[in-house]
Order: sequence, then structure tokens, then C-alpha cells
Amino acid sequence: MAASEALNGTTTTSIRHAFGNVLAFFILLMIGVLAFSIRLFSVIKYESVIHEFDPYFNYRVTQFLTKNGIYDFWNWFDDRTWYPLGRVIGGTVYPGLTLTAGTLWRILNSINIPLSVETVCVFTAPIFSAFASWATYLLTKEVKGVGAGLTAAVLLAMVPSYISRSVAGSYDNEAVAIFALIFTFYLYIKTLNTGSLFYATLNSIAYFYMVCSWGGYTFIINLIPMHVLLCIVTGRYSSRLYIAYAPLVVLGTLLAALVPVVGFNAVMTSEHFASFLVFIIIHVVALVHYIKGILSPKMFKVAVALVVSVGLAVCCAMVAVLIALVASSPTKGWSGRSLSLLDPTYASKYIPIIASVSEHQPPTWPSYFMDINVLAFLVPAGIIACFSPLSDASSFVILYIVTSVYFSGVMVRLMLVLAPAACILSGIALSQAFDVFTRSIKLQLPSLSGHSHVDAGETSSESVVPNDLAKTDKSEDTSKDRTSKKSKKKEKEHVEKPPSKSLIKKRLLVLPLETSIIAIILLVLLGAFYVVHSVWAAAEAYSAPSIVLTSHSHDGIHVFDDFREAYAWLSHNTEIDDKVASWWDYGYQTTAMANRTVIVDNNTWNNTHIATVGTAMSSPEKAAWEIFHSLDVKYVLVVFGGLVGYPSDDINKFLWMVRIGGGVFPHIKEPDYLRDGQYRIDSMATPTMLNSLMYKLSYYRFVETDGKAFDRVRQTEIGKKHFKLTHFEEVFTTHHWMVRIYKLKPPKNRIRGKIKKSKFKASSKSASKRKGLKRNPF
Amino acid sequence: MTSPSNPLILSLNSLKSRGFDLQFHLADDPKIALQRYGQYLYDALILFSPTIERFGGSIDAAAILDFVDSGHDLIVAADSNASDLIREIATECGVDFDEDPAAVVVDHSGYAVSATEGDHTLIASDDFIKSDVILGSKKIEAPVLFQGIGHSLNPTNSLVLKVLSASPSAFSANPKSKLTSPPSLTGTSISLVSVIQARNNARILISGSLSLFSNRFFTSGVQKAGSPTKHEKSGNEQFLNELSKWIFHERGHLKAVHVQHHKVGEANEPAIYRINDNLEYSVEVYEWSGTTWEPYVADDVQVQFYMMSPYVLKTLSTDGKGHYFTSFKVPDVYGVFQFKVEYEKLGYTSLSLSKQIPVRPFRHNEYERFIPAAYPYYGAAFSMMAGFFIFTAVHLYSKCITFLPASVGLTI
Repeated sequence: MAASEALNGTTTTSIRHAFGNVLAFFILLMIGVLAFSIRLFSVIKYESVIHEFDPYFNYRVTQFLTKNGIYDFWNWFDDRTWYPLGRVIGGTVYPGLTLTAGTLWRILNSINIPLSVETVCVFTAPIFSAFASWATYLLTKEVKGVGAGLTAAVLLAMVPSYISRSVAGSYDNEAVAIFALIFTFYLYIKTLNTGSLFYATLNSIAYFYMVCSWGGYTFIINLIPMHVLLCIVTGRYSSRLYIAYAPLVVLGTLLAALVPVVGFNAVMTSEHFASFLVFIIIHVVALVHYIKGILSPKMFKVAVALVVSVGLAVCCAMVAVLIALVASSPTKGWSGRSLSLLDPTYASKYIPIIASVSEHQPPTWPSYFMDINVLAFLVPAGIIACFSPLSDASSFVILYIVTSVYFSGVMVRLMLVLAPAACILSGIALSQAFDVFTRSIKLQLPSLSGHSHVDAGETSSESVVPNDLAKTDKSEDTSKDRTSKKSKKKEKEHVEKPPSKSLIKKRLLVLPLETSIIAIILLVLLGAFYVVHSVWAAAEAYSAPSIVLTSHSHDGIHVFDDFREAYAWLSHNTEIDDKVASWWDYGYQTTAMANRTVIVDNNTWNNTHIATVGTAMSSPEKAAWEIFHSLDVKYVLVVFGGLVGYPSDDINKFLWMVRIGGGVFPHIKEPDYLRDGQYRIDSMATPTMLNSLMYKLSYYRFVETDGKAFDRVRQTEIGKKHFKLTHFEEVFTTHHWMVRIYKLKPPKNRIRGKIKKSKFKASSKSASKRKGLKRNPF
Repeated sequence: MTSPSNPLILSLNSLKSRGFDLQFHLADDPKIALQRYGQYLYDALILFSPTIERFGGSIDAAAILDFVDSGHDLIVAADSNASDLIREIATECGVDFDEDPAAVVVDHSGYAVSATEGDHTLIASDDFIKSDVILGSKKIEAPVLFQGIGHSLNPTNSLVLKVLSASPSAFSANPKSKLTSPPSLTGTSISLVSVIQARNNARILISGSLSLFSNRFFTSGVQKAGSPTKHEKSGNEQFLNELSKWIFHERGHLKAVHVQHHKVGEANEPAIYRINDNLEYSVEVYEWSGTTWEPYVADDVQVQFYMMSPYVLKTLSTDGKGHYFTSFKVPDVYGVFQFKVEYEKLGYTSLSLSKQIPVRPFRHNEYERFIPAAYPYYGAAFSMMAGFFIFTAVHLYSKCITFLPASVGLTI
């Protein structure tokens, strides 16, 4: 009987596990579908189109890759951007995204699914968000088990911060980089838990993929050394830690150096020095452990004293040399963006081009609620859960959330790095909470029955006793959880031990039934609130392409398609080699959609070139003409939102043109454009402002629209309403005046003399002419 | 546009004999027009109506200026009492007439001797521009007779040239009135005849005297005051014949054809060059002789390889048959370059050629595989490999090494 019972138990357990695995698999599948479909609002509401600005460049590069192959892509020198400097695309772009989409496109076409490149690009981000949620499941499972993994995965599928960078059509580096980030962390934790060199190699390959995809890879190569150092300091060193870290540094650095955009930066910039330092430290610690194992305690102490004294001297010397080398470079070896992360005031002080990007600003407090919603409240609970018990994996997650919170506080774009950490910790917290509450409920019900059973001894309720027993038997038969085993054991204990002690223990181990039920209901409501917010964010806040704008009115949705209208005009009405000058925001779109050469674009790699355009926009008409003429510019494109109230227009960006231009060309002084410290375009505006090219091109003929020239963005009437253009000629203005295109007038064919046209002398001249006519009759 | 009685027949006959097809219209003819259905009807326009207030038909100052801006040539004869219309056309071309309508050029030293001692407004001038292209290679011996209004030029205007200037003693004033203030135009700054070559190479002649073109001046003898030489015939005919050849592009007109560039040793024009490539550039330049295109011979044609500034500036070699060529090395800078030929010479039409060509950096497989300066490091790396291999072999397979037992050591 005992043997048969054991066999039955084993069979039941394996069946239960198999069922759980199948269920988990289906849940993951549905999480993937959820992650994909929640990001399709933009395709459903608008159309399958590339969004924003940067994705158009990535789309153009992907087109080139699919047409010309990988080597031409690698060596591509693009002469249609940054005229006349050009741009080496292959050496300045992170190729991961385009190679991924190009591979997807090639695979689909090889099996005769003829999707266009644009379609593949539009849907790459939703596909990889599904992959990212599965990677989150794997990572969290390694930390806290399957339940936490599933919860974290479903949270990540819907976290608004990640949705904002991965909706269909947002074809940018983060689309694949977040998946690579999470997957790299998963493989690191897996290697740490198993000590397997196989997973360590996969970890390096995943890190390589991350390096190919996004400049944020420096977060990985700094966070993992921090975790290794934390483990060493807290006395958790093990050979598994060494296997997890050493191959990553060596192989990872070698592979990172293969990426053209990184190259020798992998060993030269300060972002990577921390990993090398910890690499040295872990070898020292490994050596210490090894020696400690082969020496007697006395000999070990002598060796430690000797090595420490010599080692300190050597380390001081090396550190001094290193500091001298780093100090010799002006930025201490850090890149501009890293410096703005370490010093939040760096950008606004030295490089206005970095400060001018809205993604590089610190977030406001509402950003946290908007982007991670209820996860902000669950994260502290998750941190506490990770401490009980503290393991290598859970300490990594804690470190991950701490560092990403700091960086997200410096730059709003890095909320994207915070989102997976918040989802993981919230998943752990929710999973633990659900475990406690559901366990309490399950334990309470059989206990109540047992209690009644105890009361069966009384003769007064003798008639009820058989029914209670019958119910208990039925519940035992129906339930196949582990709880039934525990209840059986407890019944045995009840038989063995005095009743009073067992009663006390039961009360301590479980929460009250009513409290558990209410808590579960509240948690479900919390999750529901999260779902509602995420769906709203996906549908309303993040689905707009920004190439097509909409406004809602009482008679439906009004569509503003002015950008594509303007690019179509450029495509059809200008020569293929004509140069178009605009602010750098529109450079990628102009090259991708209009197929025209631009002076500057969104790859802001040459500050002087952008400053030249900024100076031209800030200068009076004649000076601006000369700057554009020297750059062979033929058309100037400005974005103007004053008629329809589009706030992201060039007048609102004008302060950055002045600051960036003035940063390089000192004759542009910001105070010349300010009145009482503000940029004004009304009657109180400064003459420098009213004479600037940007003012003139934006507001040329604007008074003809309503007679008053009321600017709906600035909510005021403009200062100078009636003026003529002398060096530029309006050639196209879109339907809602959102994009205006001007042509540079050619130099005058003749140079006029000095005598001005005069009407006051007409009478005297005509009088004398009459005399002349009389004298010379012919 | 002239009057029916034609005192200018000699000028016009010269044009006719050179093959030009002439049409005559009164200046106020209501049927006259310069263009029809967007097509210009004439190659050039001659205005011999200095006092006209308003042209007939659709012609006005703007129409005439558009005519010039479309690449056509213009001759304007102004005179004393010139109308505002004529003055405006001249000013738009860069020539400023004296604003006093009664003023004429007076020269009490350089006047032409005549039977009647007059007010010295008949000028005999031989102060010509020194340019064989504009006035021909044959020297004009006799002075040119001029009687009319003077004008001034803006020194900063590089498009306008003084062809016939007054003498230092000349001034612009009303000869019938007493001067109450210094004249606004004096001396050699007074221009009697000016030419303009617009940026599109259209050519314009502005004369301050209509009589300059007259039969009377053509056939008259001339003797300059204070000069013993008496010429039987004035220089007006030769001067205006040669000048009109220039105005109507029978001289001084260049063209450039067959612009080519390729790598040294190749024949095809590449779509893109690589840094440090050696390339050849060639162009053919011809000059119109009036009947045929002749090779243009010069030693100062230059080519620029230009990206925001000229990285290469080279004078082209020539074979004397109109073929100009050179070769140079592409600079070690990638970007979008232009081959630029900007040739501007006095009297000739300007040449402005521009050809855009990108320059790319090395491809990934075009870098030097081994760097000579790095040979010591190659040696170090390979010797380390060899040393490790040798050490391993010796360590594994040598039988010469004997290890003493530990106990023996302790015993000693």
C-alpha cells in the first residue's frame, strides 16, 4: 500500500508539473500576442507608416541594405546628407536594428511572403516587444520562479514607457535593444546560477547583439561589474561568479570592437574602464581564494601582508598614470552623453545641441506615473521581497532598479531602461502577494472543517458530525494541490500533539480569510487600473505617427497631412540634386521621403555644421542668403504651426537655433533676441528677432489669413505683419501652412546704379522735356 | 526704333552688311512687342529714342530689362534731355546719368575744332579702353566725336566698363547758364560710352550721345584742339563697328564643351571617387570668331576641386587647340566635392562650370593590411606564439629534466 501510494504521488506530481508547464507556455504565448497587438493602434487608427524622424533614417538604411547587401551597407558613404560633408553610414550607425529587419525581410521573401521593406520595418518593434516580454519571463524566473516570471512578462508587455518606443512604426534602435538588454541580463543570471560556460558564451553573444543595437549597451557593461563587485564585497564570491563575468568581459569587449561604430572605443573610453577594473579585482580575489585553499592559516596571513603592501604600491602607481592619461583629454575620456548623465548640468553649460533634444531632459514627476503607473508603488515591495532571501540573482535585480532609477532621473529617455526593472520587481511583488493570499485562503477552508471535526466530540451536536466529515472527505478528494498534503500532515499532528498548541500555530501561519479575499480583490483592481492606463496610453498617447497629425472636433477627426504634402512637392517639383536646408529635425524625413540632399539631419554629429544652419536662420535675410548660397542651398524648408496651433514648429525651436549658432559664431548673441528674458514675436519683439530669417519665413503673408496675423501657438498677434522678402521667394505652402518652402533667389543679373527712383522731380523734368521736344522735333 | 528720316543709316548699313536682319519701328508704335506667346522675337534691341516718355505696345522699362535678363543684348543711346524712362533703364543697368536734364559734357581743352567757335560741347575723345577683345586689334587713330550727356559708374560694380571716357578737363554742366556750384561730374570719372556684361553674359551698350551714331559724325573730319593733326574722317565708324561686334557676340564669346574627368588609366567617368585616387580632368574651350568656333588659347584657365573651400587649385595645361587638361590626387578628405572652373577675363563671356562628385573613404577591405611601423609589435606577437609552442613541446616531450624527491631536499 505504501509503495502504491508513493507511485501515485509521483505520477500526480509529474502530471501536475506537465500541466503547469503547458499552461505557462500558453500564457506566454498569449502575453506575446498581447504585447504585439497592444502596439497596433497606430496601424489601425492611421496607417502602416513610419513614425517620427529617426525611424525614417533607419528605414532608408534598411532599404539600402536589402538592395545592396551587407558589405555595401558597411561601406556606404552617403552623399545626400550633411552636404557637402557627407556621412559614412556604415561606420556611424548601430547596425543591429537594420540587420535584424533586413534579415526578417530576407527570410520572409525567401519563403515567398512578399512583404515590403516598410511593412517589415513597421512591425519589427511589436515583434521584438513580444520577444522582450518572453526574455523578461526567463530573467524573472531565474530570480524568483515561474509565477513571478509570468507576472513580470505580462507587466512588461503593457508598460507604457516601453510602448512609447515600440509601437508599430516606431522603427528605432530601442525596438530591438530592450529585448537585447533583458536577454543579456537573463543569460548573465543564468550563468551565475548554473556556472555553465555554455550560457556564458551565449551571454557574450547577446551582449554583442546589444552593442550592435544601441549605445545604451554601456549600461550593461557598467551594471554587471557593479554587481560583481557587490558580490565580492558581501562575501558571495564563487567560481560561478567568475565564470559569469570573465568570459563576458573578454569576449564581449572583443566582439564590441568589431562593431564599426564602437571600434576602439571599446577599450579607450572611460565607460568601459569600470569593467576592466573589476576584471582585475575578480582575478585578485580568485587568486586569494586559491592561495587560501592551499596554504596554512599562518602562511596565508604572511602572504597577505606581503602581497597587500606590494600591491598597494603598484596600484597607486598605475592609478596615478591612468588618472594622468584620462585628465589629459578635455572630457576625461567620457562621451558627451555620458557626461550629461554623470553631471546633469553638463549639457546646458557646454553643448546646447544635447540639451536641445527633448528626450535628454530630466523627467517630471508625472512622467513616472505616466510611464510606469502602479509599478511605482509595487517596486518597493519587490525590493523587500528580493531581500528574503537575498541571493546573487536578487541582488542583481536590486542593483538594476537602483541604478536605472538614478539614470531615469537624469534623462527622460532612460525611463525606457527603468521600465523592465520596474516590471521585474513589480512582478516579484505581485507574485509573492498572490502566493501569500491564495495560500491563506486555501489553508483556511480545510482548517474550518477540521475545527468542526474537533467539536464533534460534544454530544449536543452529534447529528451534525457526519455531514462535516463527508464534506471534508469530498474536499480532500477534489483538491489535488500540495495543500491537501499539508492538511493531511497537520491532521496527523493534531492527532499527535495537544490541541491547544496546534491551534496557536495555525493562527500564526495564515492571514485571516476575509483579509485575504479583500486583498486579492484590491490587487486585481490595481492590475485592472494598470491595464486600463496602458491601453489608454497605447491607444491615445503613443500611437500618433507625428508625420500625420489629427485633431478631434464635433464633426469627427480632422487630419493634417502637411508633412507628406510638402515632401511630395519637393519630390516632384525640384531637381534630384537640389539641396534643401531646414532645421535638423526634418533632415531624415527629407532624405527618406523627398529623396533630396540635406545640409543637416538628426544624426547630430557635427556641431559646427548645425550651428551654421542655426546662424543662417537667426541672421537677417541678406546674411542668411550668403550662408545658404555658400552651401549651394536652393530651397529652405520651415515648419510653422501658427495657423493650426502645432506647437513643435520652428519658432518654438528658434531659441535652440540661436544658442547653437551663438555657441560657435559669437556674433549671434542670445540677448539680442530676448525682451525681458523671453523670446517674443509680438509688437514688443526686438528688431533682431523681427528681422531674422526664421521670423520672416514663418510669418510671410501670414496676415493674409485672418487680417490680424494671430498666432495660435504663441497666442498673440505678431509684431511685423507686412513685409517683403528680398532674397527668398515663396514657392510652396501646405494646406494648413504647416510646412513652407522657399527658394533662394539667384544673384541679380545686373547691379543697379546709385540713383534712386524719384517722383518729386517729375514735374520739373517734364517741363524741361517739353522744351526739349520743341527744340528737337524729330 | 528710329524716325523715318534716317541720319543713322551708315551705322545700320554696317550691321546689315554683317548679316544681321534688321526691323525698324517707331518708338511709340502701338503694335510693337518684344515677345509673343512667351517667345522673344529678337536677339538684340537698339533704342535710338532718347527723349521717349512711353513706348508703344506692351514695351516698358520692365519688359526691356526682362529682355536683357533673358540673355539678349541691348544698345541704348541717350542724349541731353533724356527722358526718365531712358534714365531708369540706364540706372538699372548700373549707369548713372547726370541728374541735371540740361547738363551736357563740356571740355574747354579737348573739344573738336570746328568752323564755328561754339560752346565747346563737341568733344573729340581718344581715351579708349585698353582691350583688343572689345575694340579690336586695329588701333583707332582718329578721335571720336561726341556731343551729349555724361554718366558715372559705381566703382564697386564689376559688371560695368567705361569704354570711352572724357579727358581730365571735362565736366558736366549746362553750357548756357552760369555755374553756381561745382559740377557733380568732372574729369576722367565721366564716362561717355559704357558697356555692361550681365551675369548671364548679355551685353548692353549705353551711350550719352545719339549723334555719336549719326551720318554727320561718321563722315566728318576731326581735329582735336591743341593738336596739329587733322584727320579726314572721325573714328566714330571704326569705334562703333568694332564695339557693336563685341556687343552682338561676334567677338569675346567663349564656350566650354566636353567636360570630362576620370581616374588615371581609365576612360569611364566614375560615379564616386575614393580618397587619394589619381584623376584627370579635361575641358575644351572655344571662342566664336564671328563665323566659326576657334580654339581659345590662354594660359590662365584654372580648375578647383572644391568642398566649402578649394582643396585643389590647379592651372590647366593646354595643347593650343582648345583642349585644357590636368591631373591631380584626390585629397585625403571625404565629402561631396565639385569640379569648378570659374573663368572671368576682361571682355570675354564668363565660364562657370560646376560638376558635383562625391569622394568616399576607404572600404573595409582597402586599408593597408600590414602597417610598417607596427612590425615590432607583429614580431612580439608572433615570437610569443612561437615561444609558447616551443615551451610546450619541450615541457611535454623532454626527458632531460629530473625532479628530486621532496624527502631528499628535506634531508639536505
